[in-house]
Amino acid sequence: MDFVFSPEEEAFRQEVAAFLDKEVPQIYREKKLTFFDMSSQEDWIKVHRSMAEKLGENGWISAHWPREYGGQDKSPFHRLILREELTRYHSPGYDSIGAGIVAPALLLKGSDEQKKKHLPGIASGKEIWCETLSEPGHGSDLASIEVFAKEETDCFVVNGQKIWTTNGHFADWNALLARTDREVEPKHRGLTFFMVDMKTPGITVNPIINIAEHHDFNEVFFDDVRIPKENIVGGLNQGFYVVMSLLDYERTSDTAYAFADVYLKDLAEYARKNDLLTPVLESQMAQLVADCEVARLLHYYVTWMQSQNKVPNCESAMSKMYSFELHRRVAEFGMDLLGQYSQLTETSPLAPMYGRIPSCYYRSFGYSLEQGTSEIDRDVIAQRGLGLPRLR
Amino acid sequence: MDFALNEQQEMMQALARDFLSDEYTDKVLKAMVEDEKGHAPELWQKLAAVNLTGLAIPEEYGGVGDFLDLIVVLEEMGRACFISPFFTTVVLGASTIIEAGNEEQKQQYLPSIAEGKSIITLAVTESSGSYAPDAISLKAEQNGNDYILNGTKLFVPDAMTADHIICVARTKEGITLFLLDINTDGISVTPLKTVSGDKQCEVAFTNVKAAADNILGEVDKGWEYIEKVLQKANVARCAESVGLSQQALNMSLDYAKERIAFGHPIGAFQSIQHRCADMLIDVDGSRFVTYQAAWRINEGMPAEKEAAIAKAWVSRASQRVMDSAHQVHGAIGFTEDHILHYYTKKARFNEFSFGDVSFHLEKISKQ
Repeated sequence: MDFVFSPEEEAFRQEVAAFLDKEVPQIYREKKLTFFDMSSQEDWIKVHRSMAEKLGENGWISAHWPREYGGQDKSPFHRLILREELTRYHSPGYDSIGAGIVAPALLLKGSDEQKKKHLPGIASGKEIWCETLSEPGHGSDLASIEVFAKEETDCFVVNGQKIWTTNGHFADWNALLARTDREVEPKHRGLTFFMVDMKTPGITVNPIINIAEHHDFNEVFFDDVRIPKENIVGGLNQGFYVVMSLLDYERTSDTAYAFADVYLKDLAEYARKNDLLTPVLESQMAQLVADCEVARLLHYYVTWMQSQNKVPNCESAMSKMYSFELHRRVAEFGMDLLGQYSQLTETSPLAPMYGRIPSCYYRSFGYSLEQGTSEIDRDVIAQRGLGLPRLR
Repeated sequence: MDFALNEQQEMMQALARDFLSDEYTDKVLKAMVEDEKGHAPELWQKLAAVNLTGLAIPEEYGGVGDFLDLIVVLEEMGRACFISPFFTTVVLGASTIIEAGNEEQKQQYLPSIAEGKSIITLAVTESSGSYAPDAISLKAEQNGNDYILNGTKLFVPDAMTADHIICVARTKEGITLFLLDINTDGISVTPLKTVSGDKQCEVAFTNVKAAADNILGEVDKGWEYIEKVLQKANVARCAESVGLSQQALNMSLDYAKERIAFGHPIGAFQSIQHRCADMLIDVDGSRFVTYQAAWRINEGMPAEKEAAIAKAWVSRASQRVMDSAHQVHGAIGFTEDHILHYYTKKARFNEFSFGDVSFHLEKISKQ
């Protein structure tokens, strides 16, 4: 047992902190924005890209990758520390999809050529990714995906619609799961994983605004989009397995426990300054502090497994679900704390904490939906973790 | 960062698990709950024979292992819902003597605990049931070189089986600890009727004479030792509760896999699966916060916040796990005959000992 970071990891934390202290735009720090409400800022995409490139220049995005592919063979705790510090400094710049999901999936399932072609773009922070899994008719039930990629001699031609595509409006690349076999049973054996250049002709991206009035996700239309065959990852009709291994990363890509913790500290500071803490609220807050600690350890456990080359599975679903639901409860606590004032938006001069209370709260409705719903997470935990039988 | 047990911890875990599965059957559990004293001397000697009674006692006093070894063993004891004066003696008695005792006292008591010859309890709480220092009102008045103790301690664990008792008493300028033979004139022990199998007592002190050599540690500074002991005891209770919860989950899973309804094992239904998923998070979350606090204590690092978080969180989590375990088991778990309720009741007992949820939430707030 050991519950502290190594001196090397602590030194890395200091280095990142010192850098962020200089580089993060002041307004982001003043408003204490978190990963989940940064997109409310008009300049968000620009700042996100520029921070990503700076992190890339420092070699931090890929620090835990193998040397062979531009990494430094560091422990996966470096990725976690980087994200904790980005959170503490209210900074954007980490591409949860490219760096968080696609890179580990490529390292695991990609060909050598694919790794050499696509990993440097992710490591440099210059190429931002989105993923298109969900469709209007199929979210949790991935095996039913309908968007079709038809094989031609030199390429596949994709037609159909995807939805809930986070960052699709500015991403450079897209990880697409499409059907390549309509006949096969079971259906999940007919899916293929493609890497798609978002500049390819035939792709249309339309914004979808969420209930927090942020533009995070989109719908994406594929209209005779031609994808070279070398962009298949993991082999034809093997896409479901690529995605399953990728989801285990996706579920721990975002350090939601840290977002929740930072937001809770922000709320606590405001509450103390303004003398808002009744005994009841004080007790609720202490419970949330304890919950944040548990969420942190659940996440550390998954990262520790990765550091031991063990493949986390139900553990990442546990960590993800608990942290995201906790973040939701912290956002609810913010509403309870501010009462009447929690209705006021950023544009109101009376709004506390730059109007973030309702913004964070309504944004939090998505936490138990994105990256797999809480219901799917619980299925995964019960069936894969506890060995309970499946009905379907 | 490292979540793995080391070789010694794994060995202690296996030793305790095997010992309990051989010696502590459901039948013995039920007998221990019924038994007024909750103590089987023969079993105690067997525990001593495999060195478990010497856990976390320094080797020079005949002990073995460290606090983390004790923690993994307590987790196993929780899994078995082990009713015994073990926790009282090894965690409360021995820790207090290690913290506060002088060399002579350590020589006198610690090897004897390790050898299974001594059962020592600690009397902290009084009628308020509170673990705050200002709740200590049992008086020890100086009379020449001696002290005279008057007052009543409540919720004293295993006082019926103990041969010695450490009494936390108020003296002129603070709090002082007295280590007394339980048969000293003026000490009277009355068992409390409790719902769980744990044995608790009221211990009345009427003009009990204590000599200078009965004092543990410095006069008036007793609370400093007790604070450390309570921190360890809290985390140790958490370890027991982790085991209780783990076993309640295991029993629920077994039942959910074999009980058929509507043509399927009930464990195939999402309503049951999702409960079990939440139980697993509660069990693992409990284990991690407990290990973290225990590790810090073992390393001699500050652990006040971590211990408070562990006790507050594990207490709530074990309630949730027990609630779900009962729901999964249906009516059979509601019967006296099934062993599940012993776990539920023990988890509640654990929650209340050494500060309940609100006590520890308040500590967290003050950090």
